Amino acid sequence: MTALSGLDIEALSLWRGERMLFRDLAFSVSAGEALQLEGPNGSGKTSLLRAIAGFLEPRAGTIRVRTPGNEHFASGEERAAFIGWLGHQDGAKSQLTPLEGLSFYARYYGNTVRVEEALQRVGLSRLGDLPAQYLSAGQKRRLALARLSLSARPLWLLDEPLASLDASGKTLVTELVSQHCKDGGLAVIATHEPLGFEGPRLALGNPQT
Amino acid sequence: MMAVVFFAAVAALVPLGVGADLKLLGRIAGGVLWVAAVLAALLSLDRIFQSDFEDGSLDLIVLGPLPLEAVVFAKMCAHWLTTGLPLTILSPVLALLFNLPAGGYDALIVSLALGTPAISAIGAIGAGLTLTVRRGGLILPLLILPLISPAVIFGAGAILASLDGLANGAFPLLGAFSFVAVLLSPFAAAAAVRLNLQG
Repeated sequence: MTALSGLDIEALSLWRGERMLFRDLAFSVSAGEALQLEGPNGSGKTSLLRAIAGFLEPRAGTIRVRTPGNEHFASGEERAAFIGWLGHQDGAKSQLTPLEGLSFYARYYGNTVRVEEALQRVGLSRLGDLPAQYLSAGQKRRLALARLSLSARPLWLLDEPLASLDASGKTLVTELVSQHCKDGGLAVIATHEPLGFEGPRLALGNPQT
Repeated sequence: MMAVVFFAAVAALVPLGVGADLKLLGRIAGGVLWVAAVLAALLSLDRIFQSDFEDGSLDLIVLGPLPLEAVVFAKMCAHWLTTGLPLTILSPVLALLFNLPAGGYDALIVSLALGTPAISAIGAIGAGLTLTVRRGGLILPLLILPLISPAVIFGAGAILASLDGLANGAFPLLGAFSFVAVLLSPFAAAAAVRLNLQG
């Protein structure tokens, strides 16, 4: 895993269509920290994550990642190489089995981690050969978590990671994120439910005002 | 697979509609097979990026180590391998239905082999542009059919020219058109996909 020492956001303004989500947002996340994003529906949590990932070009402001060698990467395409993404959708191809899907991404992301171990970690080892269309929503979420953990990227961006997960699944998310931070990773997590650990929080404002 | 069946069905329907004038059928064979090939390729074009977009895979692919242009090129090749190539291989069999004169078969196969990559390439641009459009598959043909028409003109023209024993200048033009389309499309299609991911 290529290490990062921090994520810095300065004077960021994001718009969605003609509506301003927020402006002059500034914060930093350093290695080993997991920032929890809170805020009502429509306050811009997903858009902020998509902006950090480089999908969404901000109207104003900068988003930079810092490496320990004090290199800075501010363009979306350069940042992409550092990002582990867990979006709303799970990215599971319905015809592919979990093993096939994970193997594809492990190879695509140039990773040698054993796919079976990643599946076992998220409790899907017995479903490795079942096409993903037969998995439940929670099981697909677990599959997405397995893919995230083997992406070996230092900056995790998680959008509602707890959605449709059961109690043990929620514990699993907490464990994965804690382990990731312990290994020197960063995370920005948009969530309505508090994750089970301490860490910096950022509340985005009310979209009505 | 659907594209191949569709291609065969359209090509088989035309002689039924036109009637049993063998001379006429032989003349129009090249044009009909070209149009059928374009329509068959259109069937699956809108899915080039859309299924990945809908299930979230496209985000993961964009964040991966390959440049998006390379991914688009791979998807274009995959589309051609599953439509253009089988259609080209099947076309001589269907040409039998049209009583295509013996001199036309070589030109038919060569023109489809040269020209169908352009359909996949230009189609990928349309697929990228219509990615977030609801029922984008309906707008896609309107966008790309005008752009593909040179391939149809040169391709069908080459077959007719070889039937008439004329000097054939259409193949170099068709090849050049296809080459430029395949070369430039990945950049245009990748830019279109990036634009649609902004939403």
